[in-house]
Formats: sequence, structure tokens, C-alpha cells
Amino acid sequence: MTTELGMPTLGVLQTAAPHPLRLVLNWGRRYSLWVFNFGLACCAIEFIATSMARHDFIRFGVIPFAHGPRQADLMVTSGTVSDKMAPALRRLWEQMAEPKYVISFGACSNSGGPYWDSYCVTKGVDQIIPVDVYVPGCPPRPEALLQAIVKLQEKIADENLRDRYTRRAPGVGALTRGLVHGSPTGTVTVSAPSAASGQAPGSADTPRSSS
Amino acid sequence: MDTAAASEVSAAANEISRTSGPGTGGSGGRPVTVGLGAGGLATSDMVLNIGPQHPATHGVLRLRLVVDAERIVSAEPVVGYMHRGAEKLFEVRDYRQIIVLANRHDWLSAFANELGVVLATEEMLGMEVPERAVWIRTLLSEINRILSHLMFLGSYPLELGAITPVFYSFREREELQSVLEEVSGGRIHYMFNRVGGLKEDVPAGWTVRVAQALRAVRHRMPDLENILMGNEILRGRTLGVGVLPRELAAAYGVSGPIARAGGLDLDLRRDEPYLAYGELFAPGGPGRVVTRQEGDCYARLEVLLEQVQVSLDIAETCVDRLRSLGNGPVNVRLPKVLKVPAGHVYRWTENPLGINGYYLVSRGDKVPWRLKLRSASFNNVQVLSEMLPGCLLADMVSIMGSMFFVVGDVDK
Repeated sequence: MTTELGMPTLGVLQTAAPHPLRLVLNWGRRYSLWVFNFGLACCAIEFIATSMARHDFIRFGVIPFAHGPRQADLMVTSGTVSDKMAPALRRLWEQMAEPKYVISFGACSNSGGPYWDSYCVTKGVDQIIPVDVYVPGCPPRPEALLQAIVKLQEKIADENLRDRYTRRAPGVGALTRGLVHGSPTGTVTVSAPSAASGQAPGSADTPRSSS
Repeated sequence: MDTAAASEVSAAANEISRTSGPGTGGSGGRPVTVGLGAGGLATSDMVLNIGPQHPATHGVLRLRLVVDAERIVSAEPVVGYMHRGAEKLFEVRDYRQIIVLANRHDWLSAFANELGVVLATEEMLGMEVPERAVWIRTLLSEINRILSHLMFLGSYPLELGAITPVFYSFREREELQSVLEEVSGGRIHYMFNRVGGLKEDVPAGWTVRVAQALRAVRHRMPDLENILMGNEILRGRTLGVGVLPRELAAAYGVSGPIARAGGLDLDLRRDEPYLAYGELFAPGGPGRVVTRQEGDCYARLEVLLEQVQVSLDIAETCVDRLRSLGNGPVNVRLPKVLKVPAGHVYRWTENPLGINGYYLVSRGDKVPWRLKLRSASFNNVQVLSEMLPGCLLADMVSIMGSMFFVVGDVDK
């Protein structure tokens, strides 16, 4: 016998929070970003360098001690995503709890970089998961990652959670038509809560206004 | 099977065959048969996947282990998660562009990777490289070796649970990276080699800077050394663990510090000298090949630490030589379209992680017809399938960390 727990929702406080409360929520979120380093290639070395004493991103509240994606708020994909790796990456991203953020670190992760014409490299991690901040460079300097973190924090500070969870555009790689001919679409535009089937990222978190 | 069921089984007298009911096994419901006889508790092997994203694999290497309780029965490295198809891409890049891709497969020793390509191309062209360029190349590849070794000297203890050493090693890395950045503009990928020499001469006053940095690193290396080698926990986890004997290393084509830790006395810098190594490894020179006989994780770490000292010696000799050489050209003027005459050549170099070779086949085009890459880590990782069986699961972390591989170097 299984217990139906239902999908967790963010609660009315967080979605319809008045401005001062939202300020506090966002303030808390932006300065305690537990980071999950999806270290793939050269850029991971620069990520490690950024976490070390000279550049030290812990002073921005980025904490690199998350034991896995489930404990993390921020994923940094640093390096080349190959087509073989892509499903694992997507899966780990899905394991992260909302609210979650992604920094795409380095040219390979942004667009394939120097491997733009390779037969086995995913041309940009944003084909699989939504990305909040892109960092150019091959590899980018540690200072660039620090700047990206500051940019992300600015973004979180401006965030209205209702907007975040109702208007997230489907990713480039999102399934926009049914797998079987004639069936309704597999994923969903999240703006229509009634059509949400639970497959689209964040669709379970849409505020339940009427039901 | 949960503990309650296990104790129930052990309480019974002779042999109990028991299937887990639909309620106990959760969603799976697969019947598990546990036999208990005079021979003790019979267990079935379990297949355990490590990776591709796992903190102990420092990268995205995946291991498929079959374990019998805590003991590893068989291990199979599953490679290919970082495969980027570099060899195929070499065939559509001209000889100047290849360097961009060539220095990226082993991202910890970018300089040594570019070097192999340009050496092979120069050999095909019959090109003579100016003496100054040779010495600068030697100096930079030794600094690159120190950088790569420092990375593993920091990350290996980190995998064993010691956080502090990595801070020491990155302090030294930043010191040396800033020197390399001053000369090439890059912190990881230097792109400083060109066919026929180097991109440009070193900036004015750079030799003073690099000498200072080398001195500083040498001065502070005991910090790192003492915190590692004197540590009882590290000794306990590495001494006698993961022995890679000489014959096995030779059979699998293992090279570099890992092979030398088991007594395989092979170092291309001495045995098939390129650049200025012939002079540096001659009797009386600063170069010497570091070997150990034990072949365990501790010996591999020792080799790495001692090689840093040797590389510091070599680098300092190179700096002295550069100062006495005086100004001169560092590259050769190339034609607008660089075509390599038809033929083939194999050039290998002693990279920080082992032997890195390029087999270059040209058909007289401006792109190679084939550029085969023999990378060190690929062979070094294959031997894991021989080393891991029989070890405890907890030792897997110390063995894998001590194999000093880079996943890009495995998967190319």
C-alpha cells in the first residue's frame, strides 16, 4: 500500500507574499546558495580555483558542501556536456528542489564551445535544462564566476515567485508535441494550470487558485 | 532484506528458504532467497554503479562494480561520458587550429599536450626550432608538470577526507598559474606553442618573476609534504593498498608516475629525450627519474611529491640557461598556408600523467588525414579492472584517487 503524498507546493505565503516578506525570502535565498558543482571538464578546475582561498566564493554565500543535487540550490555546469552525459545531467537537475538555479560555466556548456562541430557534444546545456546565467570563456576566469554569482543574486533579489512559477518558458529541448500522433501535448505551457500534467519543470508548483 | 528479517533467518536452525512478501520489499516485490546452512550466510553479489557523477571519481568516470558485501568481485570502468570526438575534429582543423583542441583533452597539462602536436608537425616539416624556444618550452612544460601534480596532491587527500591540503596546493597553483598567465595570457589553456616555436618571447623581467615563484613554491612545499606524509590516517588508508606491480603496469601500458611507483623505470625525458631534456637528464644534470618499488597508493603519492622537487630543479636550471642565452628568435616564420608533406610520424612525450603520443598521418594537405591520440589516462584507467577486485569498497576511493587520471584524457 502506498501513500499518496501529492506534489509539494510552495504555499500561499511564498507565492502571494507581500513585498516586505518577499524581500526577506529573496534575501535569504540569494545569500545561502548551496552549490552543486557538475564538474565535467577544464572549467571544473577553475570552479575549484574559485572555491579556494584566493577567490573564495564562500564570502558571497555560495557554499560548496552540498552532498548532492537534492541538497543544492544552485547547479554550476562547468564543462563539456556530451550526448552520453546529457540524460544524467537532466536527471540530477530534476532531483534538485525548487527554487533552483543554474549557472552555465564556460563556452562548452554555453554552446559547445571549441567542440561546436563535434558529433557527440551537446551544443549548449540550455537544450536540456533552463539556465539562469551564462559565463563566457574557455575556461572563464574565477573572477567571471564571481561576477556570475553576483548577477544571479541580483536576479534572485528581483524575483517575484508568482512570476517565476507561472511564466517559466519551456526549455529549448522541451517536448512540445505528443509522443503519439494525435495525443495531447506531452509537456505543457505552464501558464494554463488546468493543462499541467506534471511533466513540465515547475508545473507542480503552479498556484492552485480555484481548485 | 531488512534487519528484522535477517535476524529471524539467523535465529533459525539450519536452512531456511524465505521469500520476501509483497509487503516487505517495497515497490519491487522481487523474491529474495536467502539460504543459511553450515557454511554460513550465503549472499548474492550486488552490482553497484559508481558515477558518472560521483564525488569520489573526480570527474565523470563511471565504474560498474560487482560487490560481495564489502569486497569487490569485479570492476569495469565505463568510459565515454566525456568523449568529445577530438580525433575526428583534428581532421577538419588546420595545423595551427589543432593546438586549440589538442591542449584540452588533459586539461591539467595543456602545455604538454600542445607540445606533442607541434613536435610531430615540426618533425614532418623538418623544421629547426630556435634554441631559445626550446628552453622556454622545457621550462614551461616543467612548470605545467608541477601544476598538474599539485592538483592531484590536493585532490587526492580531499577524496580521502582531508580538506586542508587542497588549500595549500592551490596556493602554490595560483602562484605558478599567475606566472604562466603573464607569459601566455591563459590560466589553464596556454595556447603558447606554435609550429616552429612559440607565440612570442617572454615579457621583460619575466625570468626574475618565474625564479621568485619557483623559490616561493619550493620554500612552501614542506607545508604540504608534512601535512600529507606524516599523517597517520593517510598512511593507514594508502600503505599497502592498491598495489600495481611492475609486470601488470607494463602489460596494460600504464605509464607515468603510477607505473614508476611500482618500479617500471620508464621516463621519456631520459629514455627518448626531446626538447632540452637530453642535456638536463645527462649525468650531472638536475633531472632524475623518480621510482619506487612498492607500487601502492602511498608510493604513488610519494613519487608525485618527489617529482615536484625534480621539476623545480629542472625549471630553475632552465631559468638560468634562459638568462645566459640572451635575446634571439623564438619562432620560425611560417608560410601563409601551412601544408605538411605526405608521410607519417609518431611523437610521444612524457606528460605529467604518463606517455602522451600523437600519430600524425598526412597526405600533403593543410589538415592531417589522421591524428591518432594516445593518451596516458586511458591506459592507466583500464588497469583498474585488475586492481580493484579483491579490495574493500572503501579502498576503491583511495585507489581511484591515486591513479591520477583526468577524465578528458581517458575519453578524448
